[in-house]
Amino acid sequence: MSDRKLKVIINGIETLCDRDDTILKVAKKIGVKIPHLCNDKRLEPYGGCRLCIVKVKGVPRPLSACTTPVAENMEVTTDTDEIIRIRKTLVELLLSNHPNDCMRCERTGDCKLQNLSYEYGVDGSRFEGERWNLPIREDNPFITYEPNKCILCGRCVRICNEVVMAGTIDLVGRGFNSMPDTAFRKPRTLDNCEFCGQCVSTCPTGALTDRKARGKGRIYDLKKVKTTCSYCGTGCNFFLNVRNGRVVKVTSDTSAPVNQGNLCVKGRYGYDFIDHPDRIKTPLIKKNGKFVEATWDEALGLIADKFSSLMKKHGNESVGAFSSSRCTNEENFLLSKFVRTVFRSNNVDNCARV
Amino acid sequence: MPDIETLFLFGSNPTEAHPIVSLWLKKALRKGAKLIVGDPRKTWMAERADVWLNLKPGSNIAMMNGLVNVILENGWENKEFIAKRTEGFDALKAKVKEYDLGRVEKLTGVSKESIIEAARLYSHAGKAMIVYGLGVTEHQTGTENAMAIANLALVCGHLGRPSTGIMALRGQNNVQGASDLGPLPATLPGYQSVKDPKAREKFEKAWGVPISDKIGLKSVEMLDECKAGKFKGLFILGEDPAQTDPDLNHVNKALESVEFLVVQDIFHTETTKHADVILPGASFAEKDGTFTNGERRVQRVRKAIEPLAGKAEWQVISELATRMGYNQRYNHPSEIMDEIASLVTQYGGISYERLEKQSLQWPCPTKDHPGTTTMYTDLFARANGLALFMTLDHKGSGEVPDKEYPYLLITGRVREHYNNGSMTRRVPGIMELVPEELVEISPEDAKKLDIKSGDMVKVSSKRGTVKAKAKVTNRSQKGNVFMTFHFDKALTNIVTSEHRDPITGTPEYKSCAVNISK
Ligand code: SF4
Ligand code: SF4
Ligand code: SF4
Ligand code: FES
Repeated sequence: MSDRKLKVIINGIETLCDRDDTILKVAKKIGVKIPHLCNDKRLEPYGGCRLCIVKVKGVPRPLSACTTPVAENMEVTTDTDEIIRIRKTLVELLLSNHPNDCMRCERTGDCKLQNLSYEYGVDGSRFEGERWNLPIREDNPFITYEPNKCILCGRCVRICNEVVMAGTIDLVGRGFNSMPDTAFRKPRTLDNCEFCGQCVSTCPTGALTDRKARGKGRIYDLKKVKTTCSYCGTGCNFFLNVRNGRVVKVTSDTSAPVNQGNLCVKGRYGYDFIDHPDRIKTPLIKKNGKFVEATWDEALGLIADKFSSLMKKHGNESVGAFSSSRCTNEENFLLSKFVRTVFRSNNVDNCARV
Repeated sequence: MPDIETLFLFGSNPTEAHPIVSLWLKKALRKGAKLIVGDPRKTWMAERADVWLNLKPGSNIAMMNGLVNVILENGWENKEFIAKRTEGFDALKAKVKEYDLGRVEKLTGVSKESIIEAARLYSHAGKAMIVYGLGVTEHQTGTENAMAIANLALVCGHLGRPSTGIMALRGQNNVQGASDLGPLPATLPGYQSVKDPKAREKFEKAWGVPISDKIGLKSVEMLDECKAGKFKGLFILGEDPAQTDPDLNHVNKALESVEFLVVQDIFHTETTKHADVILPGASFAEKDGTFTNGERRVQRVRKAIEPLAGKAEWQVISELATRMGYNQRYNHPSEIMDEIASLVTQYGGISYERLEKQSLQWPCPTKDHPGTTTMYTDLFARANGLALFMTLDHKGSGEVPDKEYPYLLITGRVREHYNNGSMTRRVPGIMELVPEELVEISPEDAKKLDIKSGDMVKVSSKRGTVKAKAKVTNRSQKGNVFMTFHFDKALTNIVTSEHRDPITGTPEYKSCAVNISK
């Protein structure tokens, strides 16, 4: 295989790309938008929804951009009249058996189907179809499943099997009744699911949502703060979603260098400790065996006096500090500096090297 | 990573302890990589392995020597690599000769066939990678275990090319950064020795005080001194040794003995019980900062909400320093990073401004340096550029099962919880899934002891006893039991042993002798 770059032209824009790139990938790189529903860069190309179809010069039928690799001198047009007509019909078909529930749907504003319906100016009235009328499933602590809103893009099934290799869900049932579900439609438990929430993170509609965050705010109510996970040392990035000074949800950052939007149960669902009522909110000083609330001024004053007098009485080698692998670099540096400049010794260590 | 041909996972259970790393490994497996797993527990990966080396805890060196011996006896080694890139091969060859298959089978409990097959798979691969975890380092021979692994990689020349090498996985989120930035008794930030006059001079100039050239006490030693009554004051930032250190009775005595103890944490813990003053900590959502991950990647932590107690740790430490006569003021953690960059060469080019755009992997010495994605392993960090084979001998664990304590306890993690559990135990959904400690015990042992899943059992060692529910599972092999250390209601570390790796001070969490009773 040669590493030579290929030349392709998309909507008249000429660009160089790698041999195994798909049309969709190249278009994204140069800022040309192609709608898509069943594609996620964490997954193998699938070609199920057909929304990403484009016209390739010299090819009679439209091709799906997510599965078609680029070729030398390929000329691609993403929005011909014919293609727009087909896309409209595809969206109309999806809407024809979709509940009209945008007004109270968790995903409103962040739903790919809703956005496409708006963009192409269509609703579900052209093909009035049979609709599922299945109950909302909340049979586990983290994941809510509204099968009626599923558009069968298969992303949840694929991420669970391809990426997580948990095999929790698959397409079950036949024909009109086929839908993603667990084996025997059992609740998700630790016996069959890792609760990584990858399926939720990839779902383009309101079919799979984070249960704990339901009703706590939609995308436009939430401030998203990109940060790094404070659990294991892998260094996953994600967004803390904040509303009124509270972290209400964690969402994927698909551009994260380490985890590409994947997370484990701790990173995705382990945030409730942040405002847990057990949090220590004021300094505490032990008096007669009991902890008594104190101001910062009192506590820091006492600590400064006590350490100073211990050092005076027993020498500066009689005190020291433990730092933590759970604190930030800056804090570790400062504690290291504190011991050297204030205690004037090297009695500082991080407590567990594990 | 995905074009690895053979993956050798040793003493690491990434699907539980490093779930996202496990996704990379799974990708390699999906692309057809062969898998060797060295683990006494039948983990998710072990179940799917082409070869499972179900070795006895404490027999890592014997295992590695045995593998190298098989490779050499069959002529499967990479002769060119050995000749050009290494030293001390003859001594290694003579040493591993003592580890013939019969002896290794006895020491490790692994069948001869599996040892040969593992040696074949690893040595025959074009690209093979070793990933190891705390099952290697949390032994009294931890450092030597890691060297024994290096011998194997060197013999086959599986180093220094893409999709080869040795990757070590550790436990806590910022264990890398907390080493880099010098809260260590022998080194200043950036691994600069306190014994090096030039290094001291640099810091003296920056900080304006004389720096002591006397190596300080390790945390274990400080605790010993506390117990002996010589150590009088201790500041513990964000750690919980009274739950997570081994041999808790000893730790508790030390923390009771010290005259003045300050603990800063976000929750009450076993350790705060002993404190004279508790300072509230700020969670990662309440402050700006950086963490450095296992691949030396420096990434931003960003403040999403105000600190619940009004101050973050960096402010508290600065204020305390100022009150004690060392004037210290920062307006923002970015200024602390700038100071780090000026003193620590590896972080020299790192600033919040750059991190805003992308994470950076150190060494990143200058402002225009792009960072370093792969680093030649330390094995080649010698002056002549040649890696040195180490001759190592099987020593076993500090404590081995005997008549009174016939079982072997391995401790570790489960995916749903983190360390002392103070955070994850306060997440309702997680507590629904994994509400309590479970002692994993093999079906054979359970039958012998008449224990069923859900029975309360006592796990005792020379140091103490802990009670928890049993879970009968074939993840544990006969003779071994497994527990985590996540629960304050079952303090597993009352039982674990005081043995440590003398070089790093890492405790032998992976092996101690216990008895099990109902
Ligand atoms: S999934 Fe989208 S289209 Fe369907 S109800 Fe929710 S917001 Fe509306
Ligand atoms: S949470 Fe993870 S393991 Fe469970 S179904 Fe979703 S993707 Fe699969
Ligand atoms: S649940 Fe969501 S991700 Fe899964 S098939 Fe339905 S729409 Fe797609
Ligand atoms: S995104 Fe290409 S077919 Fe669905």
